[in-house]
Amino acid sequence: MRKINVETGVGIFIIVGMLCLGYLSLKLGDVNLFGTEQYVLRAHFTNVSGLKEGAMVELAGVRIGKVSKIYLDDYEALVEMLLDPDVKLQEDAIASIRTQGIIGDKYIKIKTGGADEMIGKDGEIIETESAIELEELVSKYMFGKE
Amino acid sequence: MFDLLEKLGSYCLYHVNQIGRMGMFLFYALLSIIRPPYKIYPIIRQTYLIGTLSIFVIIFIGAFTGMVLALQGYHTLSKFGAEGLLGSAVALSLIRELGPVLAAIILTGRAGSAMCAEIGVMRNSEQIDALECMAIDPYKYIMAPKFAAGIISMPLLTAIFIVVGIAGGYAVGVGMLGANEGMYFSSMYNDVTFDDVYMGIMKSLCFGVLIIAICSAKGYFVHLIRGGGFGAEGVSKATTDAVVLSCVTILLFDFIITSVLL
Amino acid sequence: MSERPVIEINGLRKTFGAIEVLKGVDLSIMEGKTTVIVGGSGQGKSLIIKHILGLIRPDSGSVQVYGKEMSNIGKKDLKEIRMDFGVLFQNSALFDSMTVFDNIALPLRERTHMSEEEISDIVNDKIEMMDIVGSNEKYPAQLSGGMRKRVGLARALVLKPRIIFFDEPTTGLDVAKSSELYRIFFHTQQQLKYTAVIVSHDVPKIFKLADYVALLNNGVIQGCLPPEEFQLSDDPVIKEFVETTMGPLYSGEMEV
Repeated sequence: MRKINVETGVGIFIIVGMLCLGYLSLKLGDVNLFGTEQYVLRAHFTNVSGLKEGAMVELAGVRIGKVSKIYLDDYEALVEMLLDPDVKLQEDAIASIRTQGIIGDKYIKIKTGGADEMIGKDGEIIETESAIELEELVSKYMFGKE
Repeated sequence: MFDLLEKLGSYCLYHVNQIGRMGMFLFYALLSIIRPPYKIYPIIRQTYLIGTLSIFVIIFIGAFTGMVLALQGYHTLSKFGAEGLLGSAVALSLIRELGPVLAAIILTGRAGSAMCAEIGVMRNSEQIDALECMAIDPYKYIMAPKFAAGIISMPLLTAIFIVVGIAGGYAVGVGMLGANEGMYFSSMYNDVTFDDVYMGIMKSLCFGVLIIAICSAKGYFVHLIRGGGFGAEGVSKATTDAVVLSCVTILLFDFIITSVLL
Repeated sequence: MSERPVIEINGLRKTFGAIEVLKGVDLSIMEGKTTVIVGGSGQGKSLIIKHILGLIRPDSGSVQVYGKEMSNIGKKDLKEIRMDFGVLFQNSALFDSMTVFDNIALPLRERTHMSEEEISDIVNDKIEMMDIVGSNEKYPAQLSGGMRKRVGLARALVLKPRIIFFDEPTTGLDVAKSSELYRIFFHTQQQLKYTAVIVSHDVPKIFKLADYVALLNNGVIQGCLPPEEFQLSDDPVIKEFVETTMGPLYSGEMEV
């Protein structure tokens, strides 16, 4: 058997390595190289406790995007989401922060609205429901106040 | 009493000296990559030695690492009823930690030791002196291709390691233990972010440079080893040192990089 | 060719650890001549060459090559001066991973901008000169010691250096091989007119090639004389060296 020569070996190595690297960053790392330009929506929440950047955005249980940034804006949390371009949301869609399972991650659940107007690029989802904190619920139930 | 002090002092001086030498070595070597003339063929040759020839070990160890991760992870996660997270557990531990670190340690054993011995022998048989006398910069001629090849190879090897590991985890988790196939991948796609991949690749890049730097510097300075570094014994001593030091440094830097990037 | 020194060493000192190896070496090397440095093992003969080559910096003293001080020379000047140097190392220092041809071509490929054909011409010319035709594609490990020396010499000559250093050129060769190497050396020097510095144990044979013989003993040079004068010198150290190395065979002749 003839030994594979150096150049071929290196070529194979680089191609295989690049494929793996590509798989990791494109598929797992969600890097968009191929023009499927996601668009940004914003939403104000009074409380986003537990929500992390990179969390999912779901509509009817289907993933449609992710949270790209969270920051403070006028004593409220402002969440930026990157959504898939083929998903359009109505003006009166509701964004709420929910939990997956009991210890699972927080994610944003979108409920569709009925309006005809759609939210455009860089728009804002007006109606939001904040994170429900377990301790608050418990204390409300136990002490009957606040 | 003074004898002891003197010994301590000379010990410290020797090691400080060595660190300084390695720092300068790394600096010159990296500088020599940037400086023209650029020659492609030596880099290809070194990439072959460092990268191509390591593929099989990487695949083998990557597969088994993924498999054992899935095995361990499945049993632990199933206690909490969270088998669904198996995919992301395997992928995240591979991408962030095990991939870069294990690939680096394999590379140290596979290519680093060989590199150290090769350069050590070149030094001992006056080949490096010969280069200098021909007014050929040994950094440019010997080190630059090795560093370039290391920088190219290390992230690619790590990526191969991770992907094979994920596949191995899939084989054991889904194939053997019966975890949900869809959940394995969807939890992986959901939980792994670009930052994780970025961190893994950054680590592997740093480790690549470190391994090459330590291993080739140990070989390059084989004649300066304390207690005489000439001959076969010197080279063997240098090689052992290089492998041990590389592994320790990899783990040390792993901690540092993780704490900086996290 | 006029007799002017190309290399001048003054008061060269070098200490390794607690041992002072060179204790003030003074030596001048004349242009176009062959200077042989002799002396017992471990006296630091090779060390002198390494100082001249700029591989080692002296503790004190000066080494001047073409009037340039080697102990504090800049990188650029050093490169330029080294273009004039050719070195044949003790164990040839050929690159194991390259063929004979590539080994000889290396300085040309790295240091000049010649085309591959020109390089090939020069290298083949040198290979012919060294009488090693037919082993172009062999690797150094496949060559005998004598062949390796010749390849090393070919590589040293390929850039047309003005000064060539030989570090123990005949160590490890049998008598016939070393005589052959000397013949080659003699021919090439006649053709190329280089200055040669030879470090050797091979007394008395080496005297036939030498224009000057310098004895390194106890860290200093004990006189640098033409070989005839060297053998007849009254200096006690030189006399002792001549007598011990040449043995009774020669001491008999000398008294004639």
